Amino acid sequence: MDNKMIVSSSPHIRAIESVQSVMTDVLIALFPVALMAVLLFGYQALLTMAISVATAMLVEALWLRKRDFFSDGSAAVTGLLFAMVLPPASPWWLVIVGSAASIIIGKQVFGGIGYNIFNPALVGRAIVVISWGGQVAGNVWSQPQPFAFGADISAVTVATPLASQAEALEVNLTQLLIGNVAGSLGETSALALLIGGIWLYYKGHIDWRIPGGFIGSVLIMGIIFGGGFYDNHLMTGLFHILAGGVMLGAIFMATDLVTSPITPKGKLIFGIGCGLITMLIRIWGILPEGVTFAILLMNAITPIIDNFTVPQQFGGVKKSA
Amino acid sequence: MGNTVFRGGVHPDYQKDITATMAVTAMKAPEKVVIPLSQHIGAPCELLESVEVGTEVKQGQKIADSSSFVSAPIHASISGKVTAVGDYNHPLGRSLPAITIESDGQEKWDEDIKPAGDLESLNQEEIRKIVREAGIVGLGGATFPTHVKLTPPPDKKIDLVIINGAECEPYLTADHRVMLEKSEEIVFGLKVMIKALGAEKGIIGIEDNKADAIRVMEKAVAEEEKITIAPLHTKYPQGAEKMLIQVTTGRIVPSGGLPLDVGVVNHNVGTAATITNAIREGKPLIERVVTVTGAGINRPANLLVRVGTLVSEVIETCGGLTENTRKLIIGGPMMGLAQSTTDLPVIKGTSGILALTDQEIYLAESSPCIRCARCVDVCPVQLMPTSIAQASEHELFKRAEKLHAMDCFECGCCSYICPSKIPLVQWIRIAKAEITKAKK
Repeated sequence: MDNKMIVSSSPHIRAIESVQSVMTDVLIALFPVALMAVLLFGYQALLTMAISVATAMLVEALWLRKRDFFSDGSAAVTGLLFAMVLPPASPWWLVIVGSAASIIIGKQVFGGIGYNIFNPALVGRAIVVISWGGQVAGNVWSQPQPFAFGADISAVTVATPLASQAEALEVNLTQLLIGNVAGSLGETSALALLIGGIWLYYKGHIDWRIPGGFIGSVLIMGIIFGGGFYDNHLMTGLFHILAGGVMLGAIFMATDLVTSPITPKGKLIFGIGCGLITMLIRIWGILPEGVTFAILLMNAITPIIDNFTVPQQFGGVKKSA
Repeated sequence: MGNTVFRGGVHPDYQKDITATMAVTAMKAPEKVVIPLSQHIGAPCELLESVEVGTEVKQGQKIADSSSFVSAPIHASISGKVTAVGDYNHPLGRSLPAITIESDGQEKWDEDIKPAGDLESLNQEEIRKIVREAGIVGLGGATFPTHVKLTPPPDKKIDLVIINGAECEPYLTADHRVMLEKSEEIVFGLKVMIKALGAEKGIIGIEDNKADAIRVMEKAVAEEEKITIAPLHTKYPQGAEKMLIQVTTGRIVPSGGLPLDVGVVNHNVGTAATITNAIREGKPLIERVVTVTGAGINRPANLLVRVGTLVSEVIETCGGLTENTRKLIIGGPMMGLAQSTTDLPVIKGTSGILALTDQEIYLAESSPCIRCARCVDVCPVQLMPTSIAQASEHELFKRAEKLHAMDCFECGCCSYICPSKIPLVQWIRIAKAEITKAKK
């Protein structure tokens, strides 16, 4: 009996939570978002998500020579998140190429899970935006056709509210909340995103600081610099939160565990930085939307943020600067 | 005050129900004891000149001592004959010098053992001497010699003694039972400590998952003006001294400092009860309450065990181990030491003997850090465990030091919570050892 004892360093008990359970929780959080996408954009949204998730899992399994397709679940999360930032009726080859790029260039070339610097899904999006701009920007945004599962949504496209002031004035905040507007597959319904966010918060996978800093700074920038093209500045601020990818970015992308800071102060700085850059691009940049690049830029300085925000240890004294 | 909480901490599966309602029973004195010469933090003892192989010793007779201040003497826990002096397995994981005594079956006490007299008649110096001579060390597990903690440096004024009845380690119920069964002794012991330290008051902190102990202790201090009971939130590591002091007094022990820097001395409930024994009956520390539990133990129990009793015999008394036992731990599951064998003695600091099965230890291979920051959130001293561990892994010990690795007291919350199952504390321990080595 004695020689079968395991001898290891304490502690000797572990919490049940694993990387796989964390990733499963993220997938659960994305469920309302995915459901809303299918309700709004029909079968094409479902197809886009399915292709993206399957590609991500397959590519990762091939890369790692593993038979377990789900494995730790992170590839499925990346695949689903990548689908969320695509036009709902994207061509199948674009989904495959982008999803594969997310996994390979966004994650595996850095050493796999835990080692990537940038949010893999956003790396995939940046790559397809740069390579096939015509397919993911401009005249590709389908008008939602709620509850018409079989409808071909690619027939009717409109400008997104962010891209066109005329379109922005067409929609009201309630529509933005529900998501009945043109946009990326998973970004339109603020309500569904919020439900997912509440679940993640309840499970302890996101901290309020990143979404709070992100959304808060977008709101403030929107109120001050948004130009008041809605009835008033406050409404413009709210518009900037609800339109485009801010909710998706703040709740699901910026909070990506691997690529965001681990210190409490760092998380707040990171969130605020994402919001500021998003608004800089939206208001003064040449692109209508800036969430993707805002998060990618902040990802790049995450290690620096962590280094400058090491918490004061218990009973420690602040060194006078 | 009981409602204050410290930052961080975890809520492991406490598993205290297994033994919480089991009254302490005295284990039969063993045929043989193996008493290690180092059972405490500080200088190990040396065998007295009068003791060698063949010497007859009485129960409670001093057999080893040290001239060093930070040390406590060691006593024979049974009466009989010394049959061996040499290295023996020790809970620290290596062989250390120990004395083997074989029982004569008489349990004859040393004649010199007699009550010390009234507390009123004893001065501070006499109390310290009694505590030292009784070989009393902290029974919470850290085993720091108690008389040293009753001797504060002259420039430090101690106003408060905190008795730790938190027992925040899962599984363990030894302190819980001592509080239920020896409440009066704990209070008396605390009064002895207050007197020895010239303190003004005492607080007994108890986690609120031990409502019965809180009730019993409240009753025991009803007449005491200087002593109060502080119910504490149940959260690990509530019993860590810095956390305990923070939640009961609001005082923050400075980084690298000691409780006495904020006018406080902490002692465990078991230590307080043992002091009472030493004063009232003159009895040295030769036995202690040990919780023997875990799914791997057939008949879990809270046992009063003689120091030097072999763990194998204790386990036998508790019906032996189940087939699926995978880990044997001396102490609690969060900070205790895993053992490869049961052929080692119970020492003064042995608060628990745990036999854990696969379901309890939840073995899993570690995977890369996903930077979820769970470890940062749960660290009670607000460190960045994953960053320190990473620095340690890459042998960047200067960086580990800059990240305050030395402030880590190895509570294990970070390793416990880590979804990637990274042995964070283990890496931090390595960093701490290297930092200490570099300083020398």
